Formats: sequence, structure tokens, C-alpha cells
Amino acid sequence: MEKKWFTISVYSENNVGLLNRISGIFLKRHINIESLNVSKSEIDGVSKFTIVVHTTLKWVQNIVGQVEKQIEVIKAFYHTDDETIYQESALFKVASNLLFDERQIQNIIKESNSQIVTVSREFFVLAKSGRRFEIDEMYEQLKPFGIMQFVRSGRISVTKDEMPITALLQEFQH
Amino acid sequence: METVKENRGAATSANTTEKKLKITGAEAIIHCLLHEDVDLLYGYPGGAIMPVYDELYKFQDKLTHILTRHEQGATHAAQGYARVSGRVGVAMATSGPGATNLVTGLADAQIDSTPMVCITGQVPRHLLGSDAFQETDIIGISTPVTKWNYQITRASEIPEIMAKAFYIAKSGRPGPVLIDITKNAQFEEMDFSYEKCTGVRSYMPSTKPDQAALKAAAELINSAKKPYIVWGQGIILGEAEEELKALIEKAGIPAAWTIMGESAIPTDHPLNVGMVGMHGNYGPNVLTNECDLLLAIGMRFDDRVTGRLEDYATQAKVIHFEIDPAEVNKNVKADVAVLGNAKETLAELLPLVDANSHESWHQEFKAKDKIEYDTVIKNDIHPTKEGLTMGEVIEEINIASKSNAVIVTDVGQHQMIACRYAKFAQTKSNITSGGLGTMGFALPAAIGAKMGAMDREVVAIIGDGGYQMTIQELGVIHQHQVPVKIVVLNNDHLGMVRQWQELFFDKRYASTVMVNPDFVKIAEGYHIEAKRVTERKDLKATVQKMMASDKPYFLEVKVEKEDNVFPMIPSGAAVSEIRLK
Ligand SMILES: Cc1ncc(C[n+]2csc(CCOP(=O)(O)OP(=O)(O)O)c2C)c(N)n1
Ligand SMILES: [Mg+2]
Repeated sequence: MEKKWFTISVYSENNVGLLNRISGIFLKRHINIESLNVSKSEIDGVSKFTIVVHTTLKWVQNIVGQVEKQIEVIKAFYHTDDETIYQESALFKVASNLLFDERQIQNIIKESNSQIVTVSREFFVLAKSGRRFEIDEMYEQLKPFGIMQFVRSGRISVTKDEMPITALLQEFQH
Repeated sequence: METVKENRGAATSANTTEKKLKITGAEAIIHCLLHEDVDLLYGYPGGAIMPVYDELYKFQDKLTHILTRHEQGATHAAQGYARVSGRVGVAMATSGPGATNLVTGLADAQIDSTPMVCITGQVPRHLLGSDAFQETDIIGISTPVTKWNYQITRASEIPEIMAKAFYIAKSGRPGPVLIDITKNAQFEEMDFSYEKCTGVRSYMPSTKPDQAALKAAAELINSAKKPYIVWGQGIILGEAEEELKALIEKAGIPAAWTIMGESAIPTDHPLNVGMVGMHGNYGPNVLTNECDLLLAIGMRFDDRVTGRLEDYATQAKVIHFEIDPAEVNKNVKADVAVLGNAKETLAELLPLVDANSHESWHQEFKAKDKIEYDTVIKNDIHPTKEGLTMGEVIEEINIASKSNAVIVTDVGQHQMIACRYAKFAQTKSNITSGGLGTMGFALPAAIGAKMGAMDREVVAIIGDGGYQMTIQELGVIHQHQVPVKIVVLNNDHLGMVRQWQELFFDKRYASTVMVNPDFVKIAEGYHIEAKRVTERKDLKATVQKMMASDKPYFLEVKVEKEDNVFPMIPSGAAVSEIRLK
């Protein structure tokens, strides 16, 4: 079976041990977590894990089944890239003199649609949100000038279709 | 019992909410256990759990604590108890090494879906993370081998978490839960009130049977020419024995079992065709690849059952009756999946299926049975050679117990032989470590099984290797006069590994020969009546004597050293490639 990119969305109770439990499921199967993001969700008191993996459909189904089985997991879903709207964010820390000495930098900032978050005497910070390739492109462009620090977040995503999670929780209230 | 505060009786009487009392966390744990109808637990004390043991001392008229000789023994005893009784087994240990000694039992209970609650002490909250004496991250360690675990650090959490622990352990697909309780939480005072857990919003233990799936299943059954059932422990855990029997009788479907499903239907039932899997019966394995419809009920297509997966029942349509959604399509793709508890799904399926007999299909099983009998079984249970076989010992136990004993097996050749040849008239009677294959399981599990079914005869069948992994539990048998029958089938080898070395490693017997102690003397050292049989002429009478005894009894049978277990599906082979020799 062909490997693909999948985004796994896990709705769960907010529990300290759960991340350990979930990551163990991937570990046991030698499936690398390409990125992981934990945040609150659209439902009060419910957390959301967004996990990106590159694997086969069979394995993503297996994993989602095991994840969903965990007591504190309310529901887990998986989606392919074309079923989701997704983004990553990155921060670039660059030496301030470049901003004045290198004209090219200003063009990069403009064309990449990135924002200047802060400027100090020594450095300035650029923030960029978008698809992975866009961030990579900007990285490549800035690299020749010297990047002091770089960090990129895990993927965050929402699905095009509804996630049937609210109904599920309501069912429990009755 | 003058040390008991007056309010204690009140705390244990009601079942749900009740008036609040100030008690310590340690005492609260006892009340939680009593509310969950626990009257027996196994464990081993130590610093971090001492406050709870102090309360156990005060409550010993309501709650019996059995001191096993190793914490692993406590978990297996709790498992044995749970498996025969259908109740939740409870084990307790201190922090650090006490807690880590529980891990094997947790893993065993997890893979074999056994309801168990383990309680561990932990260093006080303010020392967590300081590498304090006997601090170990048992939550981290036990996470992959528990259905759920939780660390309590405040006494006020105890009732709710304990209620949840029992609910989760027992509901849905059962499993082990570990609750780690810091010592400060055991000392702290709290207001006690108890409410049983009836649901957790993020956990759906079982769904109502889907009518469309049931209808689709019935259609497949009604049009099948060669339908075949393989059932697993789901029948026993779901107490669906009667429902299964009704189905196979009405639809005339031959039915085989996985090792974990054994005893759910009596051995002599005409539609019970035997065991599937690596050392299962010939017909049930071969005909898996000839049926046109495979009904898998409460089983999970373990690799020991399926052999080479790509060649497993590929010709058949598959219906999977399963309580755990994560098992559906995990190994074998189901054409129809019926989610839910087997008791409910089978009951609802029954009116939808047509009566049938499938006579000629049954004949195919009979024909295969004859081949297996002539080439394997006859020599196993009625040997003509000089040396004693494991099979004939099992057969004598069948005769002496009238197939009514609970048989607890360890892991190895003796386990496969016992599961192949033991006869059962009652359910919940075959207690073995199926999924994990834990040597050392049987002796402590037999203690638990006996305590969970005092009215039943419990016979432990153990190899000379596995026996020495938990042999110290003879101390429990002696101290509490637990009337279990211990049968060691001594081949002076790690027999099952030796068999593989013989067949697949050119007889290089690397570390499988054992020089054994005098097992009779050891048993006698524990004041247990003991006997050794080395010749066939003494076997029957000794087995009968053992079964007639109402006390603990130890029997060592010196069996042939280099016998093999057949049939066998070599690993990596298809079920149809099963070898008869
Ligand atoms: C704890 C543990 N260690 C190792 C094994 C691997 N193993 C499986 S069967 C077996 C041999 C068991 O020997 P014995 O208890 O004498 O039983 P026999 O096969 O001779 O009947 C071994 C070592 C195991 N299953 N469990
Ligand atoms: Mg042996």
C-alpha cells in the first residue's frame, strides 16, 4: 500500500498522562510522528491533538483505532491533505544589519507575505504562516544571509467537512 | 475490633451516596474496595503502601488479604480469580520494586483482557520527581500495559478514581487498571462518600448492535454452504455461552475455539470441533481454508491462530463479531462487522438465521479428526511406548475429575497438550496465559482460581521450567491451605523451546536442558503432600488419589524428555500447511 500524508485529529479530555499513552501507540508501531500540536478545541474543556504522519491507509486506520480506544480520548479522526485546510507557522531570527545592508531581504519579506514581529538593535524576527513548501522556500532564500535561529510549528488543520464530535458529546449528556 | 471507629460500619453499608465521614485516604481505599464488593485481594506490603496495610489489618474481617511471595504472584492470582469468577481481581504493592514486579501480570492481563485493578503506593507528593527512595515512574512504565492508569496525589480524589478504575476494568473489553497513590494521600483526611461509576464521557464500552449489520450477517449465514465459527474469549467474557450454543445448534455450524475461548461450549458437544491455531486440531485449521463463511466471534485473529495472514481464509467471507472496534479489520478484513457484546449480538442474530444441519460439511471435520486421531492423538493419550506422555496424564485427570475441573496451565508443551486434551463440561474452566505466554503464570493463577471458585476442583498443569519461576507461591498454598492440585509434567527441559531447536535449529539445544531439584522434597518442605510418578502402572491410582484429596497436593510426573507437540503450524506457514509430524 502506498504511503501518504495523513492528519490525525484527536479530541480528548485534558489529562497529563494522555500524551504519553498516545505517543506510545506510534512508538510501538515504528511510525514517526512528523508533527504534533496540542491545543484547546472548539468544545469547552476538550483538548485537540493534531498529529501528522506519513504512512499507509492501513496503518493510519490501525492507529486511529488504538488512539480512540484510550479511555480519555473522545474521538479520533484521520484525513488526507485534500480533505483539510492546514498550515504551519515559522519564526526566523535574523541579524538587524541585514535589514539595512541587504536590499534583497526586504524583497523576501514582501514576497513571502511574512510579518516582522519585532526589531531590535541586534536582530529582527519574521513570522510566516503557510504551507510547508512556502516556509521552506523562504528558509532557502534567507539562508545565504545567515539565519540566527529558526523554528517551525507542527501542522494545525481544520477539516472541510464537519467533525461529528459535538453530536457525540451531546449524546452523552442524555 | 475495638480499634474500628464506629462510623465504619455505616460507610460500608449503603451502595451509592451516603452521609459524609472524615476518614484517612488509606481507610477510604478500603471502603472503596468494599463498595465494589471486593472481599479478597493479593499483595505485598512495603513503605509507601503501609498506611493501607494498616487499614487492611483493621478490616480483616471484611477483606482478606493474601500475602503472595512475590508481587508477580499477586497479579497472576488476581487474574486467576478474575478468570474463573468473572469478577475484578485486585492486587496491591508498594512503590518502586513492588510496583515494577507487577508489570508482567499487567501485560498478561492487558493482552488477555482480564479485569484487574492494581493499587500501588507511591512516595509522598512533595518528593515526586526527586528520585526519592523507592520512587519509580510506575505510571510511565505501566502505560502501554494498562487499559487505564492514574496517579492519586490527594485523598479527596480517591472515591471517584477508584470507582472509575473498577468500572473501566470490568466494562467493555475488560483489562487491567493501575492506581498509584502517593503516601500523603493515604494519610490525609477527607470526606468520604461513594458513588459507583456508571459512565465516562470519553469512553464507550459497548454499542448497541447495528440492525443492518445483523441482517447482512444473517443473509451470509443463510446462504453459506460451509459456514464455520471460530470463537474466542469474548464468549466467556461476555457470558454469551448459551447464545453461542443456540446459534450453532440452530444453524448447524461447526464451531472451533481459540485457546482463550476453550470451555465456553462443552468439549463433547457434537458441534464443538476443537482448537484452532499453532498446535490446534487438524480439521479446524485445514478447513479454515475451505469454509465459505468464517464467523469470528469474540476473537482477535492472533498470529498464533491465523498462521501466514496472506493465506488465511482468503476464500471465505468473514463476519467479525467484536466488542472492540479497534480489532475490526486490524488483521483480517471483515466483510461484515457486528460491533457489540456477543451476548447481545448473538441473541439478536438468532431469530434471523435459518435452521440448517450442513451434514456433509460436518463429515469433512470427522474425516480430518480420524486422520489426526490415528497419527497423533492415539499415541499421545494411549501410548504404547515405554515413556510416559503428557497426554496420558491429562487423560487421567479428565477421567478422575469427570471433566469438571478448572485446569490452569503454564506455558510450553504441557500447556498445548493440556489445552488439546483436557475435557471441559463447564465454562470459565481453562485458565491459561494465551496472549503473553507468561511462564510462571500457573501456580499463582491456580491459587486465585481456587479462591474464586471454592466449590470447584482446580488442577494446575505446569512444566518443570515455568514452575521454578513462581515456585515460591507454594508458601501461600501452605499458609492458607489452598486445596489446589499441582501437577508438574517434568521433561527436564524447556520443552517447547527444545522442540523448536529440534525442528528448526538442527537440534542445537542451547540452554534448554535443565538439571532440576527434587520437586517432591520442595513441596514437602512446604508441608504439602507430594508424590512422584515415573512409571505408567502408578499413574492412574496416583491421579485418583490426588483428585480425591481435599488438601493441597503435589504430583510430579516424569515424562518422556524429547516428545514433541503435534500437529503444528510452523511459524510463517499457512493454517492449511499444518504438520502432523
Ligand atoms: C517468562 C518467559 N520466559 C521465556 C519464555 C519462552 N518459553 C516458552 S515455552 C518455554 C519452555 C517452557 O518449559 P517448561 O516450563 O519446562 O514447559 P515444557 O515446554 O517443557 O512443557 C520457554 C522458555 C516464556 N514463554 N515466558
Ligand atoms: Mg519442561
